[in-house]
Amino acid sequence: MAFPDRIERTVEIAHPPAKVWAALTTAEGLSAWFGNQADIDLRPGGAASMKWDGGHTADMRVERVEEPTVFGFTWHIYGLPDDDPRRTYVEFTLEPAGAGTRLTVVESGFAQLADDAYSKAYGGNSEGWASELGELVSYLDAAA
Amino acid sequence: MPQPDTEAIAEQVFIALADPSRRSILAALASGGPATATDLADRLPITRQAIAKHLALLAEAGLVTAEPGERRRVRYRVRSAPMQVAQQFLAALARDWDGTLDALKGHLDQQLTEPTRTGESQ
Repeated sequence: MAFPDRIERTVEIAHPPAKVWAALTTAEGLSAWFGNQADIDLRPGGAASMKWDGGHTADMRVERVEEPTVFGFTWHIYGLPDDDPRRTYVEFTLEPAGAGTRLTVVESGFAQLADDAYSKAYGGNSEGWASELGELVSYLDAAA
Repeated sequence: MPQPDTEAIAEQVFIALADPSRRSILAALASGGPATATDLADRLPITRQAIAKHLALLAEAGLVTAEPGERRRVRYRVRSAPMQVAQQFLAALARDWDGTLDALKGHLDQQLTEPTRTGESQ
């Protein structure tokens, strides 16, 4: 059985979609329940970010904005190096359910593999801090 | 499809990490950088013979790489690529949407009981 590429959750919330939408898509809302600080430029391609008191940050890119039903963004896969291009896609879907909202969140893309990751994982090229430091030395030598 | 290979790479990482001796060897290489079997034997409570055996196994699995050093001393370094593949699997397990959605519900319930908190006028 493969590890999950996709996570899906559905919850019933006793508040109307407009309230839930505001909590998901405004800096004030996001900073109240998700991050400790938040910024968001709510348009496809817009940047958003969250910061936590522990020092962790998340940089997001807004992908879908269909008020008040679909909000999607991509973000970095936690634990991979900052320059790794792989990102997961998170999509919230809001449906009216009685006086409240049925909220579904799907996060997908955990199992994606960059084109070169397979050869990197099995191949013989060495990488890591030693090569990063080697590049720094070359850069400083060239600049001298 | 690369999928089964990804699984195989991650499995090698998890097998390696399941053994306390190999875990401490990888931890020592990660924190202190490339080292020989002798260097590691000086730093860890493991015999040099056992370290050499584990390093051979880790090299076979592609988790460390051997590089020739001065005076024919072979130094081993961690290969980060397989670790990143394993990390991706862990990322799905570590993402806490249950807790996050609970926090969202809690936030909205609190807003309802404190309607003036958001500055909305009725």
